[in-house]
Amino acid sequence: MLAYAARRLLTVLITLLAASLIVFAVLQIVPGDPARLMLGINATQDAVDNLRQQLNLDDPIHVRYATWLTDMARGDFGSSYTYSVPVRELIAERVIVSLPLALIALTLSTLVAIPVGIFTASRHGTSTDTATMAVTQFGIAIPNFWFALLLVYIFAITLRWVPAGGFPGWDDGILPALQSLILPAVALALPQAAILSRITRSALLETMREDYIRTARAKGLPARRVLWHHALRNALIPVLTIMGLQFAFLLAGTIIIENVFYLPGLGRLVFQAIQQLDLIVVQSVVTLLVAAVISVNFLVDLAYAWADPRLRSRTR
Amino acid sequence: MSDADLLATEHDDIGQIIKRALRNRSFLVGLVITLAVLALALMSFVWTPYDVTKLVIADRLKAPSFAHWFGTDHFGRDIASMIMEGARNSIAVALVAVAIGIIIGVPIGCWAAAKRGIVDEILMRSSDIIFAFPALLSAVMITAIFGPGAVNAIIAIGIFNIPVFARVARGAALSIWPREFILAARASGKSDARITREHILPNIANLLLVQGTIQFSLGILAEAGLSYVGLGAQPPNPSWGRMLSEAQTMMSLAPQMAIAPGVAIIITVLGLNLLGDGLRDVLDPKLRRDR
Repeated sequence: MLAYAARRLLTVLITLLAASLIVFAVLQIVPGDPARLMLGINATQDAVDNLRQQLNLDDPIHVRYATWLTDMARGDFGSSYTYSVPVRELIAERVIVSLPLALIALTLSTLVAIPVGIFTASRHGTSTDTATMAVTQFGIAIPNFWFALLLVYIFAITLRWVPAGGFPGWDDGILPALQSLILPAVALALPQAAILSRITRSALLETMREDYIRTARAKGLPARRVLWHHALRNALIPVLTIMGLQFAFLLAGTIIIENVFYLPGLGRLVFQAIQQLDLIVVQSVVTLLVAAVISVNFLVDLAYAWADPRLRSRTR
Repeated sequence: MSDADLLATEHDDIGQIIKRALRNRSFLVGLVITLAVLALALMSFVWTPYDVTKLVIADRLKAPSFAHWFGTDHFGRDIASMIMEGARNSIAVALVAVAIGIIIGVPIGCWAAAKRGIVDEILMRSSDIIFAFPALLSAVMITAIFGPGAVNAIIAIGIFNIPVFARVARGAALSIWPREFILAARASGKSDARITREHILPNIANLLLVQGTIQFSLGILAEAGLSYVGLGAQPPNPSWGRMLSEAQTMMSLAPQMAIAPGVAIIITVLGLNLLGDGLRDVLDPKLRRDR
């Protein structure tokens, strides 16, 4: 297991390095002088020169990459040009919105999807199964930002149960903060729940066809016990992988959903930074988000290998 | 369903496939919806109920009626006409993005499968790296840097289709290479490229078709998302995503503005997903219904 983890960790590090190179490269190929681009056409040459110096734009490209990378590794993400504060502070302010949002969405989608998947698998082929699967087809097809607008109209504009947007911060208590996060979380969770319930169902049905399940049934174990004690544990392995992948979708989904609800999270930060061409913020936040995705997938892989020892040897 | 099931159709004749298609509800419903959306989009080139570039302020925010089936927007434009023209944009973006994925991804995947070893390793690890980027985040980054617009949206979505098709093609091709008819082709002196063209590609086409349908529907959703945040097609070209973002500002006055574009996206994506599911069953002789 340790050898497997070490090998995977090495791949993770290489992937991280390559990903950082891509982010760096993409922002190098912006048309024209990045400093001029960030400051706009009306900026004085002095201001542009100043920014060029701040961004080390006169250094050779490989030196700039190395400096950026070592600074990032030390936790120095540079300074935001538009906000005039260290990017690290900006990220710290925003992550306490986005992370709870993504986690609430993931929890919601899991709490809905796994029971639905188990329920439909246990009633495979019945009209309940068909109807539920039809509903999940709709769930996959609904764009989450449209669903978000619908939720705002019903629960914020018509019923006035929750605010239509904005975030009061965590200082005024947990409840008002959660109230502003609940609609965005539901909107983010819907398509994920639909996908996850379909995957839970098909993973369970697949497992139910295995020989050891037949043996358990032949031993005279009741169907319910076989489902809960034998099939479910094995079927949850692919479900876990998909949950890991969904974390990436949730993170990316926050870009749009935070815009719908005017939430001051990482997604909105990166979106605004892109619009204002604050390339330092874009570079750092995108790299951080990608690193988060890679790390989560690494953890899922480890959990996967721990749960199913066959995988460790298969990937060797 | 495993890829191998889909690949096993090489001996199916077209008659059997059509017979299965006509019996498959998911395929038929998906096909009808997809063709209807395509027809509306094509029709918009020659006819729409109203001119979407003409602003009729007197008719603004009209509720759905016989004259305006889905009502009008805040500029008095007919929403039904805008939906028709928006379909054109969504379909074009998603379709070209799929084409980019296939044209670049499939040769990469086939090459990796044919060469194996270090080439395979490098190509597949590179696709892992692209997968680590949340697609939407990168699409936002690409369109923002190179400017918003339909073409950059196509490129942004298309880039993420490349590793998807590369992986599908590689996986499928790998399972064909050990087969006897490939060995025979090799023995007769055919090159890897020729074997891929003549024997591998025809045998993995089914799988690529199914994947193409899935990516098409994901492309429709992605384009809508990009247009919604203002990075997709630009005015005056109508797009479903931008119609929704305009509807958001009018939400308390005219909620109906948000209904039609949303439903159009859902129906199109639903149709494509059903078509994809149906195609998979139709092309799979074992007809596994549990997915």
